[in-house]
Amino acid sequence: MLFIDTLLIGLSSGAIYALMALALVLVWRSTRVVNFAQAGQAILSTYLGYEVMNMTHNYWVSIPFAILGGAAIAAFVDGVIMRALVKRSHKGSVSEIAPVIATLGLLGLIRSLTGMIWGNAYLQYTSPLSGKGYMIGQHTIPFSPQNLIIVIGALLVMGVFAAIFKFTNLGLALRAASFQPEISRLAGIRVDRIRTIGWAFAGAAGAVAGALVTPTTYLSPNSLDLLLVSGFVAAVIGGLDSLIGAVLGGLLLGVGFAFILQYIGTSVTFSAAFIILILVLFMRPRGILGSKGGRRDA
Amino acid sequence: MLSISDLTVKFGGLTALSGVHIELNPGEVVGLIGPNGAGKTTLFNALTGFAPVESGKLSLDGKDHAWPKNHQLVDLGIARTLQGVGLFPDLTVLENVMVGGQKFAKGSVLRAALGLDGSNEKYLEEKASLALEKVYASSLGDKRADSLPYPVTKRVAIARALMSDPKILLLDEPAGGLGSQDIDWMNGLIHNLKSETSILLVEHHMDVVMNVCDRIYVLNFGELIAEGTPAEVRENPAVIAAYLGAEAAK
Repeated sequence: MLFIDTLLIGLSSGAIYALMALALVLVWRSTRVVNFAQAGQAILSTYLGYEVMNMTHNYWVSIPFAILGGAAIAAFVDGVIMRALVKRSHKGSVSEIAPVIATLGLLGLIRSLTGMIWGNAYLQYTSPLSGKGYMIGQHTIPFSPQNLIIVIGALLVMGVFAAIFKFTNLGLALRAASFQPEISRLAGIRVDRIRTIGWAFAGAAGAVAGALVTPTTYLSPNSLDLLLVSGFVAAVIGGLDSLIGAVLGGLLLGVGFAFILQYIGTSVTFSAAFIILILVLFMRPRGILGSKGGRRDA
Repeated sequence: MLSISDLTVKFGGLTALSGVHIELNPGEVVGLIGPNGAGKTTLFNALTGFAPVESGKLSLDGKDHAWPKNHQLVDLGIARTLQGVGLFPDLTVLENVMVGGQKFAKGSVLRAALGLDGSNEKYLEEKASLALEKVYASSLGDKRADSLPYPVTKRVAIARALMSDPKILLLDEPAGGLGSQDIDWMNGLIHNLKSETSILLVEHHMDVVMNVCDRIYVLNFGELIAEGTPAEVRENPAVIAAYLGAEAAK
């Protein structure tokens, strides 16, 4: 039973990592930028959801607002900040790294902003779903209704965006614009607009992560920071370019953490993320699903 | 159809093109030749929004037009291939060609998210299949672009350019890097395409230029030094001097 309990704990936390990994993969896949500001954007959209919940007293009503807010924040970040930065640094040795550094700066800025507005207290963004584990016979398993909704949320986000990339012209334009913007422009693609849509998708996915995960902990300007690290490791394990890979990477990382925590101890938990990452990359340098798959592979 | 006059392009203090004019009429294949650094690709870049135009006039179908930005080209009926081919390596051949038809893509983000654009996607797939047939690559649709041999990538790049139904097709060294058999094939393809689009091509392979072009413009050091039919250009002393040196022209 201990083995199954550990596995369930791992799957629960893995689904959380998967949600953040999905948001990171969506920006990477659309714009070739690793967005470290994702945690900041997600926390900002979660605060928006928190405010809507305080007004409506309904957690479910607050989620769509958080998602729309997350998409709008991401669109603003790309349209106003990243677009200008890419235009100014599109040539030379800093052209690829400048946007990534900018996202780190933006993470700090958003943290400060949320701290100024909402303070640094631990707020409760509560879900009506129980955080207590389901009962099987006399045994309470470490998997609650809120954990279930997180898993469903991760699978739903993966499914929706995988379908957009796989089956739609919009997905094709997103892929084309990220790989070869100049050729895409020759084909009539409005690359700037398409990039912003990619950011908005990622912002929406990050908002789902924030809105579903926060009720299991608390809400503060830094509460998703550790999730960013885990999400990034999960995304790299999954291949960075694959939505399914992001989910598998998240689950693998979550399960790996749980077993290490259970059978080795808490002292190695944080370093375990990087040990798992190095082991996976040794075996599959492109990540689990980072093989040559093409757009048709989600 | 396409008329460029007094085109001057400068990069800092360097004049890459000076007072160049070009005319392209419906159904024509016009060649743009010259030694390396003559300004041929710069002219393509100026016309397609990749190089800054210092001065010059562009007219399309008899109407004056501002120099277009690159994303406006397909709406003006202009498509271009690149020297470096520029296929998307991790997309399939069919998807690569579909990218060229984005001007026919309809729908909104919401429709795409709700999966309501299926018929438009199907239309683009069918159109891409037809474009691949035109370049004799219809059997390659499911292959990844980075698995193709180089000569085939040239064909796929042309199919992608044809997806926007261009009135004017700019081919940048379509025969570059090809063997003699593939060059023969390219000659045949360009002849076939004449019935549906006017073609302006930059090319170093003289046998291709002389075989497919109705008229030729010759650039040297950014200036137009000759124009005429292939036979006229072949005999032009200025052209011979540019390619072989002044002694050979005497």
